[in-house]
Amino acid sequence: MKSFPYQNPTRASWAEDYSFLNKDVQKEDDQALKKSYLKVSDLDLFINKAHILKNVNLEIPDKKITCIIGPSGCGKSTLLKTFNRLIDDTEGIKYKGSIWVDGLDIFDPKTEITEIRKKMGLLSQRPCPLPMSIYDNIAFGCKMHGERNHKKLNQIVEEQLKAVGLWEEVKNRLNAPASKLSIGQQQRLCLARGLAVEPEFILADEATSALDPISSKHIEELFIELKQKYAIILVTHTLRQALRIADHVIFMYLGEVIEAGAADELFNNPKQELTKKYLEGAFS
Amino acid sequence: MKLKFIEEKIAKGLMIVASLAVFAFVVNIIYTIFRRGLPALNWAMISQIPAGGYYNGGGGGILNAIVGSLYIVLGSTVLGLLISIPVVFYLNVYLKKDSKLAYIARLAFDVLFGIPSIVYGAFAFTIMIYLGMHTSLGGGILVITLLVIPIFIRSMDEVAQQLPKDLLDATYALGATKLETIKVVLRQIAPGIATATLLSVGRAIGDAAGVMFTAGFTDSIPTSLGQPAATLPLSVFFQLSSPNAEVQDRAYSAALILIFIVLVISILGRLITNHFSKHKI
Repeated sequence: MKSFPYQNPTRASWAEDYSFLNKDVQKEDDQALKKSYLKVSDLDLFINKAHILKNVNLEIPDKKITCIIGPSGCGKSTLLKTFNRLIDDTEGIKYKGSIWVDGLDIFDPKTEITEIRKKMGLLSQRPCPLPMSIYDNIAFGCKMHGERNHKKLNQIVEEQLKAVGLWEEVKNRLNAPASKLSIGQQQRLCLARGLAVEPEFILADEATSALDPISSKHIEELFIELKQKYAIILVTHTLRQALRIADHVIFMYLGEVIEAGAADELFNNPKQELTKKYLEGAFS
Repeated sequence: MKLKFIEEKIAKGLMIVASLAVFAFVVNIIYTIFRRGLPALNWAMISQIPAGGYYNGGGGGILNAIVGSLYIVLGSTVLGLLISIPVVFYLNVYLKKDSKLAYIARLAFDVLFGIPSIVYGAFAFTIMIYLGMHTSLGGGILVITLLVIPIFIRSMDEVAQQLPKDLLDATYALGATKLETIKVVLRQIAPGIATATLLSVGRAIGDAAGVMFTAGFTDSIPTSLGQPAATLPLSVFFQLSSPNAEVQDRAYSAALILIFIVLVISILGRLITNHFSKHKI
């Protein structure tokens, strides 16, 4: 296994390491990276001439929890929304560089944006169930992607609700409006809804910040469980949360990736002065 | 007592007075209509078309106008919805928030909103002459559709503008195209659609000037879109213009029927809305 390149001066060589992406050269030990593979190279993002993301180079490991940390306004959420191109609808948006998902450049005009988004389950800050019943919230995505068989749909709904530990709580009221659930339950429902369209990544944008401590803990536990199957990218404001669950950490400051690496390494032995200060709580 | 508490009391008093004034007005109108209309109301009024000499006190009823009005309301509401929902969807989902086109479109709909129905009638009449059409049910439906479209669009648009960005994002994140978000958007703005429909129905059924030139007036019930159609407001107008007091009273009965129809439609509308908006986030 390759170790993931960190955003530090030594990484001049990794462009060569991953040149197979451009040249279609396949190495055997890169097979693991082929699936659920997300790589950002030389990404610059502008909104109305404001330089929001500056020369971002990153790699997201599969089947791990990657936490993006950093102070408010550092571009964490923007970066996350760029991964599935939800940022497209923003006024005056412009980007340079590329993001590779499973070997596809998501900015390539030929790439189907809906396919990219389908691969990335999204969990927003505030739970946002669809204005439908609990059942339809889960089934909506599957129906949209062509699943019409009722038995199959029932099965998917049950499976996904079980996967997020909601089945026992709602199995008797699947036709009730999703808005009647508690906020913690809604967030788990949203997670299940995302899982139902069989994503490879889960993008979570401060997914626990609107929840009470018990619901947050529930979601965190789910992430730890789900990382066996998905690559989870979590933008978080709380350093403690990152300490608890991150396997891989990306620290951003003012639109730049200052440091990225395995959680143990980054938390215990930060290479950059800025990271050290942030971890010490000098600013937040 | 502190000044701000006195202010509070005065403001509250003024609000109560304003509310009571409106309420008194409504009660007064309804009382007048009931007082003059109820005695003249009978089964023949709503089950028969006018017999010969009806407007001079002869027998018969105004079934022609009831049916004509219902046809026009139904036709224009369905057409209006079919045209305005795509417009609202386009304005709010496809166009960006600061889109110039959206700005101009909204301005245009505001202007259309304020145009009196007689102008719509005259406009449609010109087109009908150009096309060689006679006054007809089709013409009436057309002009009332034009009349209600701005109401539909502006009132649905107000609700659609409040559409949470997160909700659209959540739908896109499942791999939806913009068009596929329509199911989510429609459910979310269902209460807005219902309110818009109620407002439109009220305006459509109550409009006299627009249909005068276009739908015409007749004593028979139209059996096709090409035939002229009577409407309740015009029926009220013609009966009220009669020198005969008995016929004038019938005008109030017709108004009573009109109000009753609006009431029934409103109640049905509320029930339907409640059913569809239970999922609203």
